[in-house]
Amino acid sequence: MEEVLESPMIANLFVFMLASFLGLELIRGVSRLLHTPLMSLTNAIASIAVVGSIIVTGKQHDTLTTVLGTVAVACSVVNAVGGFLITERILKMFKKS
Amino acid sequence: MLDTTVQYTYLASAALFILALKWMGQVKSARRGNWAGTAAMSLAIIGTLVAGGFTLAGYGYIAAAVAVGTAIGVPMALIMPMTAVPQRTALSHAFGGLAAALVGIAEYYEHHHHLPRVTAFVLGAEVLLGALTFTGSLMAFGKLQELISGQPVVYPGRNFASIGTLSVALLATAYLAVDPQFVPAMVTVVASALLFGVLLLLPIGGADMPTVIAILNAYAGLAASAMGFVLNNKLLIIAGALDGTSGLILAIMMCKAMNRSFSNVLFGAVGQIAADAGQGVSPTGKTVISYTVEDARALLENTRLVIIVPGYGLAVAQAQHACKELAAVLQAQGTEVIFAIHPVAGRMPGHMNVVLAEADVPYDQLWEMETVNPRFAEADVAIVLGANDVTNPAARTNKASPLYGMPILDVDKAKTVIFVKRSMKPGFAGIDNELFYLDRTVMVLGDAKKVVTGLVAAFKEGAH
Repeated sequence: MEEVLESPMIANLFVFMLASFLGLELIRGVSRLLHTPLMSLTNAIASIAVVGSIIVTGKQHDTLTTVLGTVAVACSVVNAVGGFLITERILKMFKKS
Repeated sequence: MLDTTVQYTYLASAALFILALKWMGQVKSARRGNWAGTAAMSLAIIGTLVAGGFTLAGYGYIAAAVAVGTAIGVPMALIMPMTAVPQRTALSHAFGGLAAALVGIAEYYEHHHHLPRVTAFVLGAEVLLGALTFTGSLMAFGKLQELISGQPVVYPGRNFASIGTLSVALLATAYLAVDPQFVPAMVTVVASALLFGVLLLLPIGGADMPTVIAILNAYAGLAASAMGFVLNNKLLIIAGALDGTSGLILAIMMCKAMNRSFSNVLFGAVGQIAADAGQGVSPTGKTVISYTVEDARALLENTRLVIIVPGYGLAVAQAQHACKELAAVLQAQGTEVIFAIHPVAGRMPGHMNVVLAEADVPYDQLWEMETVNPRFAEADVAIVLGANDVTNPAARTNKASPLYGMPILDVDKAKTVIFVKRSMKPGFAGIDNELFYLDRTVMVLGDAKKVVTGLVAAFKEGAH
């Protein structure tokens, strides 16, 4: 394999920077009417931490990390499931006259 | 091979998250946005599980955790009343922060003997953000749910204590980059960040909650992003960054809508005067005109335009359904009814829109401040329900007022103002409202729901 010329840190920082600017543009476009469902949606999106939680739990390094991971998976799933459901519930209420 | 496949899955997932936020922009595509988000999350979870190659026991733990999380999350989302959305949001920020912190601690515990400096630093940042989001959001939840007093808690040297605690947390995080193996540094990060979350929220009053909830939203996202840096997972970095910027922008919007700076919201402890000022009579001794419900009904007869101004008090009194009925009886007599929504009305961004939508008020009757303000001059009556500071003309005229410079709803320009209020207590900012003493303002004292229901009943009797 080729020699790695840049550390993943730099590549990751580029990704972070681009995603942040993209986020700024996208969120600016959201109508004020929808700020509450926007928040519950981004809340659900932030539960992407479930990916890290699953990895920590699944590899079962030792009891402590497995327990911490299991609790983290449960917390993230509460957010993911709850976040998307409540967003749907809120959005269903918005009606035009 | 499997590794590459899971990366493509993550790529698709990231694209769907971006589309989710894009579609969230307008009401007509918002539900599609939520579905895109759900699909993105499902893809990410399935991809991770498939690529994980865990043992059966590993999958067992995960399945159990997913079952518990679902069992808690689903009822929370389905049973909760719409007026409690701010509390639920705060609570879910707490869960998000806790998850990030726990994963960070587990990773550090497992790898601290051979961690590169940068990774140790980022792990510290993840744990710092996660832990402070956890306790901060729990405090916010407690205040919103009124488990603890919603009044700002002030004590001498509080800013010194908060900033000092934060500095300790930051220094300990930085030290992890110097000596990644130094476990006490991580312990210090955890302890000081947990404490800082509490200290940060103590001096926050109810009126500043929308900004603070948005900031906690941003922290939860940044913690997830930091986790992405540690795991070298770009999906986590992207999703966390989207959440982080969302919280940041909402917080900036809330600050602008109050003409306050971040530091003033976080450290200003605005609202502390309210506790001493609630005497039941006007603190300034000026007189107000008090009306009964029946008198107020007479004012609403044969009107052309009525503007209803809702605030947090409406949500507390659960008066949204009564409000919708009042709008209906007014519309039946030929009156145009619109709702004026101030950006910081309520306890989180967009709170009033959701509460009124729950009562089936169509969203095209909900007007934003900038568009509704020119219409107050042509309104026969403006009805203020549980809003206070966002209607206070002192924000325009009185340079000495803490509200000075805050954009307000021009309620005082209406021909008549009906102000429904539980008592003569000032608003959350603890400031008397000049609006009460105008000669075209009438006060109807009482619970918002009772007053509005009374108005509707009076109208229905009048019709027969």
